[in-house]
Amino acid sequence: MAANKVVIQDLTLQYSDGTESLRGVSMEIRRNAVTVLFGPAGGGKSTLLRCLNRLNDLTEIKASSGKVLIDGENVLDPKTDVIVLRRKVGMVFARPVVLPLSIRENIVYGLELAGEKRKSQLDQAMERSLKLAAIWDEVKDRLDDPAAALSGGQQQRVCLARVLALQPEIILLDEPTSGLDPISTGKVEAALQELKKEYTIVLVPHSVQQAARTADYAAFFLQGELIEYGEGKTMFTTPKQQRTEDYIMGRFG
Amino acid sequence: MNRFFAHNRHAVQRLGYSLVTLMAVLTVIPIVSTILFILYKGGPAISWEFLSGFPHDGMRAGGILPAIIGTVYLTIGTAVFSVPLGIAAAIYLAEYAKDTFLTRLIRIAIINLAGIPSVVYGLFGLGVFVLFLRFGTSILAASLTLSIMTLPVIISTAEEALRAVPQAFRTVSISLGGTRWQTIRRIVLKEALPGILTGVILGLERAAGETAPILFTGAAFFLPRLPVSPFDATMALPYHLFVISTQVPEMPVQIQYGTALVLLVFVLSMNLIATVIRSRARARRQW
Repeated sequence: MAANKVVIQDLTLQYSDGTESLRGVSMEIRRNAVTVLFGPAGGGKSTLLRCLNRLNDLTEIKASSGKVLIDGENVLDPKTDVIVLRRKVGMVFARPVVLPLSIRENIVYGLELAGEKRKSQLDQAMERSLKLAAIWDEVKDRLDDPAAALSGGQQQRVCLARVLALQPEIILLDEPTSGLDPISTGKVEAALQELKKEYTIVLVPHSVQQAARTADYAAFFLQGELIEYGEGKTMFTTPKQQRTEDYIMGRFG
Repeated sequence: MNRFFAHNRHAVQRLGYSLVTLMAVLTVIPIVSTILFILYKGGPAISWEFLSGFPHDGMRAGGILPAIIGTVYLTIGTAVFSVPLGIAAAIYLAEYAKDTFLTRLIRIAIINLAGIPSVVYGLFGLGVFVLFLRFGTSILAASLTLSIMTLPVIISTAEEALRAVPQAFRTVSISLGGTRWQTIRRIVLKEALPGILTGVILGLERAAGETAPILFTGAAFFLPRLPVSPFDATMALPYHLFVISTQVPEMPVQIQYGTALVLLVFVLSMNLIATVIRSRARARRQW
């Protein structure tokens, strides 16, 4: 099994409305590790995440080139089955968006769409994923309540569980704790450290501190370009590039 | 002058506030007084015999049952055609259509459809449904005519209701491996349904009260029995009201106002249903 789950080759992308873009990004994403994409807003981090599950298909794109190989297959190929891809590459968004359904229905939503009807299978997947997302104890007695009634921190962990229920291989997190209090943030970060044993995790953190806390590997993005990429430990203590150091030290951004 | 206003900002504020409040109250007066007037004049006509009997003595006595039943049939007939078509069109426009020449054309058509006078729909229905398609003067032809008139209302309110559903729900559903249609069916339609229903009821309510579109296409002056097939002509409340108010000499005023009252209650109760649906949905909404 190759150590790299994802290989990105010379990826360039430009949105039609001129916001965020990517320019010639090449990098590898390791299996069973937390890879952090960090840098100032508009640097292309979210855009890169959305290339991995083809969520950019929903946005008007002016130009794109390059390759994103997941397990050796180019997912940007128009022939890719995006439905299968999105079950394999799950995503947690910045704002916790629970669907207007019960907690239970939220968790099994993806599985039901995939055609799973057996109640035992759905229940099993629900319990397993809620436990993995460290929220089972808080919701196990109220699974049929509307998910919107939960607190923001709980909702975000339900969103994480909802992704885990599909048993994906890669989990993308786009500033998943930006709206959460420190305690909820701690719970999400702890969950990620557990999850990386089984999954490949790509995280856009909401602060440099979070990047430093969580990163096995880190990539620094500035205005659509990958400036520096390496092991987290090295990056946050002895960055090679001046611009990386300036950003980490808080001289801009 | 400037100085005066500068010093009396609060006075100006109060004056403006009183003025807009007065205007708001003024708009309610015609509606309330119409309802009270009809209730006062028509109330005494209402009896079991009036609601369940046939007209006799050249419509100068008896009941208005065939007109009530006819209006119910026409409303149902209009719903059968306009609701599925209107909702499908709204889904296309809100969820699938890109901003192209074709969709712009469709939108312009819908806007213009809403602006056409109802008597023109009547003539169109006569030409196309009654004569060309040989449906004759019938419930079918009248329902189709009313459907075309109702479509713009249903399409535009349904489209608005669909667009009001947060985009984030769609993004999340698609990111979980949902297709566009699964997302619409399971999340978007469910959330937009109360808004869509409101539009449907408001559209049908207008159709139920219209006279001109059914004048040449399905309405009968007088029928001795109830219609039994969609190809039969029918009596209807608004047309019956027109007939007994203008075409029958020595008509008792009470029957005229009684008929108006029944039509008013029919339309207003549909309105009430729409309001209840809307406020219930708003209370339950999670976004």
